[in-house]
Amino acid sequence: MARSLVLARRELRAYFDSPIAYIFLVVFLALSSYFFFFQIQGFFLVGQATMRIYFEILPYLLLFVVPALTMRLWAEERRAGTEELLLTFPVRPFEIVAGKFLAAFALVALTLLLSLPLAFQVAALGPLDWGPVVGGLLGGALLGASYLAFGMFVSSLTRNQIVAFILTLVGLLFFVSVGSTPVLARAPAGLAPFLEALDLETHFKAIARGVLDLRDLFFYLTFIGFFLYLNAAALAWRRWR
Amino acid sequence: MIRVQGLTKHYGPVVALEGVSFEIGRGEVVGFLGPNGAGKTTTMKILTGYLHPDRGGAEVAGHSVLREPLSVKRQIGYLPESTPLYAEMRVDHYLDFAGAVRGIAAAGRKGALDRVVGACALEGVMKKQVGELSRGYRQRVGLAQALLHDPPILILDEPTSGLDPNQIVEIRGLIARLGREKTILLSTHILPEVRETCRRVLIIHRGRIVADGTPDSLAAGQRDETTLYVTVRGAGAAGVLSGVPGVRRVEPLGTEDGRERLRLRVASDAPVEEAVFDAAVARGWKVLEMRRETATLEDVFRRLTTES
Repeated sequence: MARSLVLARRELRAYFDSPIAYIFLVVFLALSSYFFFFQIQGFFLVGQATMRIYFEILPYLLLFVVPALTMRLWAEERRAGTEELLLTFPVRPFEIVAGKFLAAFALVALTLLLSLPLAFQVAALGPLDWGPVVGGLLGGALLGASYLAFGMFVSSLTRNQIVAFILTLVGLLFFVSVGSTPVLARAPAGLAPFLEALDLETHFKAIARGVLDLRDLFFYLTFIGFFLYLNAAALAWRRWR
Repeated sequence: MIRVQGLTKHYGPVVALEGVSFEIGRGEVVGFLGPNGAGKTTTMKILTGYLHPDRGGAEVAGHSVLREPLSVKRQIGYLPESTPLYAEMRVDHYLDFAGAVRGIAAAGRKGALDRVVGACALEGVMKKQVGELSRGYRQRVGLAQALLHDPPILILDEPTSGLDPNQIVEIRGLIARLGREKTILLSTHILPEVRETCRRVLIIHRGRIVADGTPDSLAAGQRDETTLYVTVRGAGAAGVLSGVPGVRRVEPLGTEDGRERLRLRVASDAPVEEAVFDAAVARGWKVLEMRRETATLEDVFRRLTTES
């Protein structure tokens, strides 16, 4: 685990040594604020001290920015050949995967925390129910982490960052829409509960209501663990090429 | 220190290695030669745990590459082909990272860093980004990274490729110094380099080891016959010299101002020069030139790696 932290620190340093981290933060905050205040059903029109709209757009905002973050995680290492260095250091594949994941997650968590001032501002305008805010941030962190785990795995399959980005986006769109009403309405009856349980957004909505159900938590942790495991397995498998 | 047994590796239909076996003892500096695509890099990637062989196995410092990859990786300093590095990192940050990931505690890292920075002469570029460095410096950063944990074994894949002649001399000197205490396997295309830095040569061709020995023994062991060029001033030299022990054939090359030029085919293990000299002196001739042509490592390499 200590090795993972060393790797995570290097990865974070790479984020902040290049413009990636800053662009990520600025784009995320600008877009989230824009949609929050000026969307058709935006904050000013609703006329209530609530962050509900913010957390409604959060899954979709993350959907577009997280793949931009994960696309380079492995693809860039493979392109530059540094993957060979990494894999010949005395570290287990899973430690490397965990390190990269932790670094990317730290950036996502930081971004979510930076949206807190928005909540304080809303709270200054009227009585804000903090339960959904805390729930929304926690849910956002879990959702973001799930996107990251999936995106990283996809990145490990290609050396082209654009390919990684697009495949991640398509895959994530699948995972946030598989349990949506239009899909469920057309799905075979026996399959519907299963599809709904697989949907990343369903669980987010539950947590963002301010109610933390252990089953939702368990779902996210399983999803994350599964793709991190696949990622490590892909690394090990690639040695057999 | 390194024991390789029956390594076989295919990339799809392409055969990279076909039953490669060799052993390298402690403290040996071994040059790994072969044309591009012969299997040098693949062998090194298997030894460093980056690739799995299809068949066969390898042991490094007593640990199996397949079963104890982490123990093996701790014993090895590896410089991959074309020296991949994190271009956006500063040299000092990068080396500190490499030390930390190798498990050198923060307290010992400073000392380890100072040692390799001195050995690789990196003092002037520590605050620069790796991506800004010249090819020579990048190569030295790669070497420094491989030396940080003071490994007993170094595996260097073309450590001098892409360098200018001055840089090559520097890196070669560094490798020669390291070779006094470490076991080194290095691959190269540059044959004179092998003669200077390596005490032993392995030549690989189409995934098989085709030669193994010291540079001199490989060159000499090519055939049991070598060529001796002789120029003497004296009449009838060709007839007399064909009777000298060890001389198998005499081919006159021409006469000029009373100097007779001859090409002698002689047994490579016989001291023919002395006998020729004595024969000439006994008849009052003057020996103007006597030169034995030995097969060079280049000849050996070309002969072993061009025939199918």
